[in-house]
Formats: sequence, C-alpha cells, structure tokens
Amino acid sequence: MNAIEVVSVSRVYQKYSARHRFQTFKSALLKGDFFKSLRAEELVTALDDVTLRIPAGMTFGVIGENGSGKSTLLKVVAGIAKPSRGAVAVRGKVAALIELGAGFHPEISGRENVFINGIMLGLSKREISRKFEDIVRFAELEEFIDAPVKTYSSGMYMRLGFSIAINVNPDVLLIDEVLAVGDASFVPKCLDRIDDFRRRKKTILFVSHDLATVEKICDKVAWMKSGRVRALGEPKRTIDLYLQDVADKKEAEFSRRREEVDLEHIPAEEGRREARWGKREVEIRRVALRSLRGEPKHVFSPEEGMVIDIEVHARERVKDFVFGVGIFNSQGVSCYGTNTHLEEFRPRAIEGRGRVAFRIDRLGLVNGTYYLDVAVHRADGTPYDYHRNLYSFLVSSRHKDVGISRLPHRWRFSPSVKMLPPRKGR
Amino acid sequence: MPNIGRNLVGLFKYRVLIQNLVSRELKARYRGTVLGFLWSFINPLLLMVIYTIVFGFIINPRDPAFDNNPILYALFLFCGVLPWTWFSSSSIESSNILMIQGNLIKKVLFPAEILPVVVVTSNFIHFLLGVPILLAAKALIAVFVPRAPGFSPYLAFLPLVMLVQFVFSLGFGFLISSLTVHFRDIRDILSNLLTFWFFATPIIYPMTFHTIQESSFFRAFLNLNPMTHIMQGYQNTVFYGRMIPWKRLGVTFLVGCALLVVGYLVFDRLRDSFPEEV
Repeated sequence: MNAIEVVSVSRVYQKYSARHRFQTFKSALLKGDFFKSLRAEELVTALDDVTLRIPAGMTFGVIGENGSGKSTLLKVVAGIAKPSRGAVAVRGKVAALIELGAGFHPEISGRENVFINGIMLGLSKREISRKFEDIVRFAELEEFIDAPVKTYSSGMYMRLGFSIAINVNPDVLLIDEVLAVGDASFVPKCLDRIDDFRRRKKTILFVSHDLATVEKICDKVAWMKSGRVRALGEPKRTIDLYLQDVADKKEAEFSRRREEVDLEHIPAEEGRREARWGKREVEIRRVALRSLRGEPKHVFSPEEGMVIDIEVHARERVKDFVFGVGIFNSQGVSCYGTNTHLEEFRPRAIEGRGRVAFRIDRLGLVNGTYYLDVAVHRADGTPYDYHRNLYSFLVSSRHKDVGISRLPHRWRFSPSVKMLPPRKGR
Repeated sequence: MPNIGRNLVGLFKYRVLIQNLVSRELKARYRGTVLGFLWSFINPLLLMVIYTIVFGFIINPRDPAFDNNPILYALFLFCGVLPWTWFSSSSIESSNILMIQGNLIKKVLFPAEILPVVVVTSNFIHFLLGVPILLAAKALIAVFVPRAPGFSPYLAFLPLVMLVQFVFSLGFGFLISSLTVHFRDIRDILSNLLTFWFFATPIIYPMTFHTIQESSFFRAFLNLNPMTHIMQGYQNTVFYGRMIPWKRLGVTFLVGCALLVVGYLVFDRLRDSFPEEV
C-alpha cells in the first residue's frame, strides 16, 4: 500500500512585479474583474508533472539543487500548497518538519509554546501533558522551559521545534533540511529518532542536501531537477547521477572561466591573486589540466590523477632552466610544490617549442578549489615566466575529511572497542 | 452555500486551538509591562479622560440629551468608544494578521481562517474587560450626579448587541484580512477609513443631536451605517436605560451575517494564494 501518492502533479507559481500588482489593484477597482485580475501572466513552474508512489514504511529521499522543486514537493505533500494540476493522496497522520518552531510566539514561555505548537500539529492537550516531559528532555531545555522563547538561541529554538514535531508520532513524516541548524550532539539524536521511525515502519519523506545522510538512511532516492524527477531508484546510483550532473555543471563553469584567462593582459593590481611576471626568455604559452587519459578537466575526485600540460617556447637557446609547479588552496596555503631543480634534474638546453607534462598519479586532496602556480626560472630563482594562481581546479568528493591532503589511511579497532563499520554504501 | 455553513461550523472543531491562541495573544500583549493586565482597564480610562476634557470641558456641547452636563457626556462617549475600539483594533489587526503569521501559513498546515477569529475574539475579551469600568462609572454617576439616568432591566440586552457586533466584525475581518494579502494598500486605506467611519457613527454625538435631526440626508446616511445601530444598542442599554432599537439591530444582524458569508467566501477563494503571497 502506498502511503504517499503524487500523481502527475504540477505546481505553477505566479510571479508578480510591483508594477503588475499596481495594475491589478487598479483593474480590480476599475473593471471589477477582481478574481480574474489575480491571475498573473508570468508563471514559474516549480513542479512539472511529478509522479511518485511511496509505499508505507519506506524512507524516501529527495535530492537536487536549490530551486529544483524539492521543497515545493514537500509542501504539496504536506497540503500546505495545492497542486495546480494532478492529485496528491497521503494516508495517515502527517507531520511536516519544514520549519521548526514556526508559530512559536517569542513573548511567551517555552512551556506555553509547547502546548500551542502541539495543538497546532494536531495533538490534544492531554496528549501534550503526557508527552511534555519527553519533549523537554529530548530538547535538553529543562532549565529554560519557563523562559520566554525570545531568549532562546536558534539551536534551542530548533531543538524544541524538532522535539515537539517528532512527538506528534505521525504515520508520515516530512523532513525538509531542518537538521542543518543542529549542533554536533543534537543532530545524531535527531537521526536516531528518525531511525526509530524507520524501525517502526513509518513513512518518511526526507529532503536534504546532506547526501551522506540521504545515502545512509534512505531506501530509495529521487533526484529532482527544474521541477522534474530526473532519476529515481537505489540511493547510491541516484546520488552518483546527481553528483555527476553537478560535476558536469562545475566543469562547464570552470572551462568557461578558463577560456577567459588572457595571458597577455593580467592586470597588475595590488592584492590580486593572479599575476604573471618574468622577462619570458622562456615563455609559458599554454597550461592545460587533463585527466590521466588526456581529456581536459577541471573537477577532480581525490582518487583521480591529473596531468598539468605545459607548452613552452624559448626564443633563444637557454641552458639554465627549471620547471616548477605549486598547488595552493583557497586560503592561499601551499599544499604542494616542487620543481625540477629540487628533484635534481639536470637541464641541458631548450630552444623553440617544447612540452612539459607534470603527472600526478593520485591527487589525494580534500574538497575545495585549488590554484596553480606554473613557472620556468633559472636555478637561482630568477624567473623567465612565472604564472601565479592563473589556473584553478576543483576537488569534489563525498568524504567530509578536512585538512590539506587526504592521506591514505585505514582504521583498526581491537575487539574491546565496539565500533560498527560505516553504513551501506561506504 | 451549504459548504460555507459547514466550513463555518468547521471552525468549531478548532475551538481548542482558537482558545489557546486567544489566551496566548492576551498573555503576550502586556508581557513585559509593569502594569500587565491593568492596561486593559487603564487604556480605555485614559481615553475617556482625554475625550471628557476635550469634548466635555473645552468644546462643552450644550445638549439636553446630557442635561448640559460634561460628566454625563463623558459617560455617553465611553459607551461608544469602548465597543468602537474593539471594532477598529479588530479590523486593523485583521488586515495584518495573515502577514504577521505568515510563517504558520507557509510552513505549517494551519487553518488560516482561525486567525481572524482569534483577532476578533481576543479584542472582544479586551472589550469585555473594559465593560466593568463602564458599569462602575455608570453606577458612580447614577449615585452622585442629579438627574442622571440609572440602571434599567434593558441592560440584559447588552450581550445581544455584542453578538451583532461580533458577527459584523468577524465578517469584516475575513474580508479585510484576505484582501490585504493581495492589496497591501488596504492597510493604509483602512486606517483612514476607520477615522472617517468613527466620525460617521453616532459615538461622540447622539443621534438626537439637532443638526442630524434637522437634515434628512445626515439621518439617512447614519442609518445606512451598520455601526450606528450597534452603537445605539450600547447607548440605549447602558446610557439611557432604554430598549434596544431591535428592528434596526435585527436588520444589522442580518447584514452582519451576509458580510460574514461574503467575507468567508472571499477568504476561502483566496486561501490557496496565501502561502505564496503573505
């Protein structure tokens, strides 16, 4: 049996401009076509013929970029927004965690807000009294429950909101990116509660940008793009499709930016990241980043390798030359740097055109944007042509590790340390 | 049509929520003030003092209806200003309430139609808190001022007048709250309209004032104003100790019911646009 059925649902939003609104008011007054004038001409399609059937007991994830229609989908399922076309059916009591603590009144105490919020979510007063202790304990607000809610921090606010919503004990739970505000100790608690829901075979619709969590807790995932379901199925596969799409988009962005690098006209501004200097006895004519297979590429995973392809040209015969590269992260920290001199290559001569390739077998960097220095200079450091941060690439991975470099590693635990391996898909 | 009836009755099933929201409004209103709930009494009292000084002692109208006595005139004013405050603050709050509570409408599955009900009800309770002050003033004046009208059994009709006003205010509240979502201009129009409406209602002057009685235009104009009859209901039962103008009040009640239906229809029609517009 399906707990949630969304059948060819479209949702169209109206786009008003200030001028339009004024015209509406005028035409409403003058022509008397009041209801007709409320129909705007400019429309935004947030959901476009979406069909989803979610069986009872399933944890269903929805991923996608901002503005892809995820939240609208959730609102339509929650009944907050009405579909423009199509039908939505939800079986059982629904609780929507769209904005936690929506409807809290800042002036009155947490205690009173728990009651009113609970009633809003469909609990009776007696049920709330019975669950009150649980709600407060889960939110860790025992000391502050009688203080006005306006004195709460945003974390306390969110904890109380989550705690009330989760205690409504719904059959269908809708979650929209609400865990983003929680601190390091509260989020796992929330995830535990969600796990608990899963065990009790409740239906969960989970919208999130946190792909690792989606992959961990969802049975099935839909990827939405521009209001349509682009892929639907097994979590890892769907997430990979999504990530591939994101990588393609970033790649396109990077190559566009790359084309804009005009080697002849680097503005010499103070404090600029990019710069070029040197007399160019040996000139770097072109630098290209490629995959190990030779395709131009700008978005890499840490496991991938990279080739920095450098085209050089020496006007005259030069005998003293060193090639160097340096990789910097976005904070300007040098992640790695080397040159042919440090590695004790022995230059003999260069004249005319030439090619130098710097091959990295495995990047092993953490998530982020990196900038590249490429240079050719004398052994004493006098530059022929120094390109400072003129090239950039992106490392994009699902690992959340931090630092500069992703060191190859492995964990090991003695039997007395009870530690479960990461959940499926890791 | 039966649909509206069902929907309006459906409000009943939210009574616990309405009750809680009203008590929250009342609790929150004076939270943080030193005098707290006393403000519900002090506000109308101060207003009365101002009106008495300005209209009673400075302008000092010579009207036989008040026995040429400014104290009696002040009591007459009080009878009208108190319920008018209920109506005007209900209307102004209604015009804002959907925007103020926009979060509820956008983020929670929340029956928006209870918001105007909460506004009118919480202002009604404020009004009710002022009524004992009114009656105490009336009693004091009846004792100490010679030839002042005393209490009469017609006071028992007071709740009926309140009912008529409640229905009318609620209908107006539904209409105003839903329309303001689309036409924010209404907020500004409303505050001016209410000032005009206040003076177009026999509150600071009695219906028997000579200029009104001499002009059939003024009389007809005032009689077309539903608030006229509601205010006369209050003035008759409390100030004069007379029978309510039950025919006119009855018609006003029907007008109020019609306004409630129309207001609710408009509200219901616009409801789906609230989540994206507020």
